[in-house]
Amino acid sequence: MGVVKGDQMILNIGPQHPSTHGVLRLEVMTDGEIVSQIRPHLGYLHRCFEKHSENVTYEQVIPFTDRCDYLASMNSNFGYVVAMEELMEIKIPERVEYIRVIMGELNRIASHLLALGVYGLDIGAFTPFLYMLRDRERILDMFEYTCGARLLYNYMWVGGVSHDLPKDFETICTDFLDYFEPQIKEYNNLLSFNKIFVERTADVGVIPADVAVSYGVSGPNLRASGVKWDVRKDEPYSIYEKFDFDVPTGTGEFGTLGDCYDRYWVRMLEIEESVKILRQALKEVPSGDVHQALPKKIRPPKGSVYRRTESPRGDLGYYIISDGTPVPSRVKMRSPAFTALSCLDEVSRGWMISDVIAILGSLDIVLGEIDR
Amino acid sequence: MNTAEIKAAIMDQFPGSVLESEDLGESQVELKADQWFEIATFIKENPNLSFDQLECITGIDLGEEASLQTRYNFHSMEHRHKIEILISHDRKEPKVASIEKIWRIGDWFERETYDMFGIVYEGHSDLRRILCPDDWEGWPLRKDYEGQELYHGIVIPKMKEEDGWE
Amino acid sequence: MGILENKFQDNVIVASMDKLLGWARSTSPWYFQFGLACCAIEMMASAASRHDLERIGMMPRSSPRQADVMIVAGTVTMKMALRVKKLYEQMADPKYVISMGSCATSGGPYWQHGYHVLKGVDLVVPVDVYVPGCPPRPEALIEGLLKLQEKIQTERPLTRKSV
Repeated sequence: MGVVKGDQMILNIGPQHPSTHGVLRLEVMTDGEIVSQIRPHLGYLHRCFEKHSENVTYEQVIPFTDRCDYLASMNSNFGYVVAMEELMEIKIPERVEYIRVIMGELNRIASHLLALGVYGLDIGAFTPFLYMLRDRERILDMFEYTCGARLLYNYMWVGGVSHDLPKDFETICTDFLDYFEPQIKEYNNLLSFNKIFVERTADVGVIPADVAVSYGVSGPNLRASGVKWDVRKDEPYSIYEKFDFDVPTGTGEFGTLGDCYDRYWVRMLEIEESVKILRQALKEVPSGDVHQALPKKIRPPKGSVYRRTESPRGDLGYYIISDGTPVPSRVKMRSPAFTALSCLDEVSRGWMISDVIAILGSLDIVLGEIDR
Repeated sequence: MNTAEIKAAIMDQFPGSVLESEDLGESQVELKADQWFEIATFIKENPNLSFDQLECITGIDLGEEASLQTRYNFHSMEHRHKIEILISHDRKEPKVASIEKIWRIGDWFERETYDMFGIVYEGHSDLRRILCPDDWEGWPLRKDYEGQELYHGIVIPKMKEEDGWE
Repeated sequence: MGILENKFQDNVIVASMDKLLGWARSTSPWYFQFGLACCAIEMMASAASRHDLERIGMMPRSSPRQADVMIVAGTVTMKMALRVKKLYEQMADPKYVISMGSCATSGGPYWQHGYHVLKGVDLVVPVDVYVPGCPPRPEALIEGLLKLQEKIQTERPLTRKSV
């Protein structure tokens, strides 16, 4: 028997595919099942956000930032208004700061729940998806109670927020947190310690720490590789310095440090940390007027600012250049999912095609943010 | 280290490469484009500077008559300091050395700036469009961009003239 | 069904057969998950636990060959428009299209300066039901689907259409 001489095959995944988290096309060069190179093709959702932001006023850019990272719109708004307030040097009331932190952390929990549920769906587990979405609906109910929208809020404005918290919001939120904390144990029983899930994700797709920093990976992906970097603690903005919370990093206990299971586990732990921050914040919300510091006309001084904040996907940065008119000269959004996707090629060489799906799911990308 | 010290360190090693200007912000340094690859290697490998994280590359069109610019934001995980470097390009033939070999994320960031502005990064292994389709015409984010009429038979309608924003 | 379509003169037997077929076709349309952007999240939320789409007979299918309805959820860009047309052509007759959200209907918030945005998916595929909203609530999407079911029920596949 001689040796069968094989050849490389190019397999096309997407742009329409149930598990590419959006419209992404991956050109996978394989030798049988083993991947030798991946070329991602982007741009299927390029909606010209940066061109729009050069033609509308500063307030009108905020709904566009919502739609870029549509799973965590509160955090996208948060990043933009923090950068604008640094440029214009506005001091905002304490109540607004607390409301922003509460909304940002609730949205972080909702985004992580969706990311983990869909990751389970990619691997093949259908039930955790339904459980996690059921709890996410309760968070969306709270958002709807406050500002009227379920997914894209236009809530955080430069200098304040659009609607004040309703009177019984604190009771409703505390009830939700009391219901939600035991649910985390249920998710762990269903998915996290499930033997099949662990076999498919442990030791797969390891990103070493120096590769991660060179590729600009940030957020839970970077923390899972062992680098303790969280913008909320290291370059604090808003009132995050007042709260007591940990920054979970990967430990590699089920496999190697920086594998897919670590990225999943860091997100589970972050949900618990967000619950901690919420409990502390809800107790101390001061009273005040949320529309007090809204400027009548947003006309920032000439100059530029680059500020990053922590979105559920990583370091979300906004580079804003103003030339003294009410319309921005340039708004660039540095999206964390863009950098996370760029390391997919190097990380998945040598793995099989189904492992590529597991690695892609663990990076938690949102195409709206990548393509802008 | 603050911006003045970092600027002094660069000027020490590469005299004549730093351009002084009044309307630079606090942490901005403007450089000439010719020695950019060597300066970039220096700021990454020098132990006092050690800028190992390239945060963002932004392309800017400063106006009809003025130049195009590329702005790089760097951050050091070890020393926790930041710097922003500006490099201007000639409008007719914008080009500068590519830094994708030093920071791997430079690959995609430079492709995106090329796609939107047409700035050519010399030495890049695979400079092609990343967001717009490969056969798109024009550089969309330049201020004088005129959209194309048809794309594969689909009509792209032109915007009606607005009265301007209040 | 191809042999029997458009064959018979209008009489009472054909009319009641038409009604039976209309009822059978409309009550279990399998949808093709074509989620592009933010509306895809609301489509997923309507398929999940609280607003269940399976109770009105809709099952998600990933391949166009197995689907009856294509729900275009999200913004269609120029790069994607060619692929939308190809996927529509791969679906088998009878096929329907629901345009979900304002981006798929007319370009949405990106109508003005979006050089890369297709101003409405009906420029490339024929649409049956438009669901407005940005994004539409799951209840709005379910109402759009029920309207589609009504539309399917009024079709008369067996009757010969008069020239």
